[in-house]
Amino acid sequence: MSSAPVLQLAGVHKTFGQTAIIRGVDLDLVAGERHALIGPNGAGKSTLFNLISGRLHATAGTIRLRGADITRATPQAINRMGLARSFQVTNLFHRMTVFENLRCGALRSRGGGYAFWRRVDGVAEANARADEVLDAIGLARRREATAGELTYAEQRALEIGVTIACGADVILLDEPTAGMSRSESAAAVALIRKVTAGKTLVMVEHDMDVVFGLADRVSVLVYGEVIATGAPDAIHANARVQEAYLGTGLAQAGAAETAHA
Amino acid sequence: MKGRPHLVAALPALACLVALPFVFPQGFALSLMCQMGIATIFALSYNMLLGQTGLLSFGHAVYFGLGAFCAMHVLRWAGGSGGGGAWVVIALPLVGGLGGLIAGIVLGAITTRRAGTIFAMISLGVGEMVASVAPMFPALFGGEAGLNANRVFGAPLFGITFGPQRQVYYLIVAWALLAAWGMHALTRTPLGRMANAARDNPERAQFVGYHPQMVRFLMLALSGFFAGIAGGLSAINYEIVTGESLGAHTSALVLLMAFIGGIGQFYGPIIGAVLVTFLQTALSQYTHAWLFYFGLFFLFMVLEAPGGIASLVQLHREPWRQGLLRWVWPQYALAALPVALTLAGLIGVVELVYRVAGGVEAGETSWKLFGNAIDATRWQPWALALLLFAGGGAWLRRAWSGVAWQWKMVLLATARGKDR
Ligand SMILES: Nc1ncnc2c1ncn2[C@@H]1O[C@H](COP(=O)(O)OP(=O)(O)OP(=O)(O)O)[C@@H](O)[C@H]1O
Ligand SMILES: [Mg+2]
Repeated sequence: MSSAPVLQLAGVHKTFGQTAIIRGVDLDLVAGERHALIGPNGAGKSTLFNLISGRLHATAGTIRLRGADITRATPQAINRMGLARSFQVTNLFHRMTVFENLRCGALRSRGGGYAFWRRVDGVAEANARADEVLDAIGLARRREATAGELTYAEQRALEIGVTIACGADVILLDEPTAGMSRSESAAAVALIRKVTAGKTLVMVEHDMDVVFGLADRVSVLVYGEVIATGAPDAIHANARVQEAYLGTGLAQAGAAETAHA
Repeated sequence: MKGRPHLVAALPALACLVALPFVFPQGFALSLMCQMGIATIFALSYNMLLGQTGLLSFGHAVYFGLGAFCAMHVLRWAGGSGGGGAWVVIALPLVGGLGGLIAGIVLGAITTRRAGTIFAMISLGVGEMVASVAPMFPALFGGEAGLNANRVFGAPLFGITFGPQRQVYYLIVAWALLAAWGMHALTRTPLGRMANAARDNPERAQFVGYHPQMVRFLMLALSGFFAGIAGGLSAINYEIVTGESLGAHTSALVLLMAFIGGIGQFYGPIIGAVLVTFLQTALSQYTHAWLFYFGLFFLFMVLEAPGGIASLVQLHREPWRQGLLRWVWPQYALAALPVALTLAGLIGVVELVYRVAGGVEAGETSWKLFGNAIDATRWQPWALALLLFAGGGAWLRRAWSGVAWQWKMVLLATARGKDR
């Protein structure tokens, strides 16, 4: 893995008031890899996503996307540079239809812009892309339903759809399978595998089956620090990880998962 | 195929608009219809903010009023130089629109920085500021008396002078159709769709690459443009513009129109504009308590039909399509009489209270109704009104439970019909 990193975090810190939540994260993402970010609740995984995607700004350190400094950039600027993210808590345009949600996702990158002098139905590429994603996420039957009236699993699928609709090649997914049943989760993993083919993916995930089945590399975040990064097997074998996380947290998480299922 | 049904509906509607001045040739009716046309544009422009972008504005009259003053200045200047004549008047609403657009660009840059409650507060502040600054510049805003002009000047155009009110009516209809078409088309543009997106979830709009502030700004500037067109038409229609057109009262009125008509549908504000204008002008001819009735009506709408009249129309649409409404018509008919009785009782009480409280000229406590003298100082009319109100109300409650029950059935059947 010698190619230049697509996404590069160097010495990233984030404090809320007095509390340090992210405490010096260094992370390099290679083009095309599927990277899982794991860690106990409250470790700062979502906060890290917020920092990368511009929702929050780092207190110290730098974040680079294909070499460009995005540490202080706005979410919309970062999105237009080709990085898209989904949310842990579903975050849709709830009064608009499924198709409209996807088209809004695709519009900016497909030439729609802020135009008020042309019909949105005439932005052919955005419409084609929205329908393409609609098929990919399996919601074609629900095309005209409003996002607010979808089932939970459907909303999660749409959440991924809106994220990928712009065609970004760096994608951050925050717990895409959280709250799903086993079969829904399996379907979601298949969906993620399909729609992120050839792209760089970072995914927060609690389900270890999903992590070890999908990821090329895994990073473990504990109390705002990455304590290990590596191939899934290496992570599994890593003593520090076992001590800090796998030994207790993961075993419990695994037990909880089994109990849940 | 797609545009056809609209065309089929549009032609008779257009014919109606053209025929109206012949059906109601009275001066009062004609000026009422002119007012309705202007209010329609204004209310639709307001809904670009409230319904489409989710921005509650308390200062929308600023764009209407500034547009009206711009148009008025051009009208005065053209009238003074005597050139152009009818052509100037035809194009004048565009001047108003440009005035509103510029005001929207300048003020919108400040007001649209934030959404939600903060936007509402800023819009109120800016509105008050403009309204209170205006009287300090009598050369621009004409002071207390406002600015007036004569819309008839220069050579007539194919006999059109815009002297007769009917000619002004057709000018207003033409501009209203053009503006409504433009605003409707706008909802189907990328900006229009992103306005909905920024309304639903401004944060997510950012993560699909849009700056919600930019979306709000553009929508406000464009809505200022259309409000300015309405202002320009009002300058032509009344031949006078006063500071009141900029003020809080006008801002509140347009909010009521949009809300009562329904902000969830494009056509909602049209209904609201027509209805509120009618209530405002017609009702005030008959009773001094009209504002009270109006307030009561607004309260009723907010509590019972917060989606406005348009939401009631929408509710009936699908059952109508499936032919299920025949189940509710009889129930409505049964409820009609108790509704009338309750209303009569309510109106009776309100009018009596107004009489004894000296709401009318002092001492005048009796009036004539259907040829009978009613004296508010005696107990009989009070007893009758209260009886009507209480009895009608009790009856209405029973009748209404029948309506509600029948509706439950209809909605169930509608849902089944939809699935099929
Ligand atoms: N805006 C904020 N202000 C203050 N504290 C915050 C803020 N956002 C997050 N935190 C705190 O930061 C810590 C990490 O939160 P974060 O949501 O990043 O955890 P996480 O790893 O995503 O956990 P989970 O697995 O539960 O989603 C938590 O203790 C949280 O309370
Ligand atoms: Mg989280």
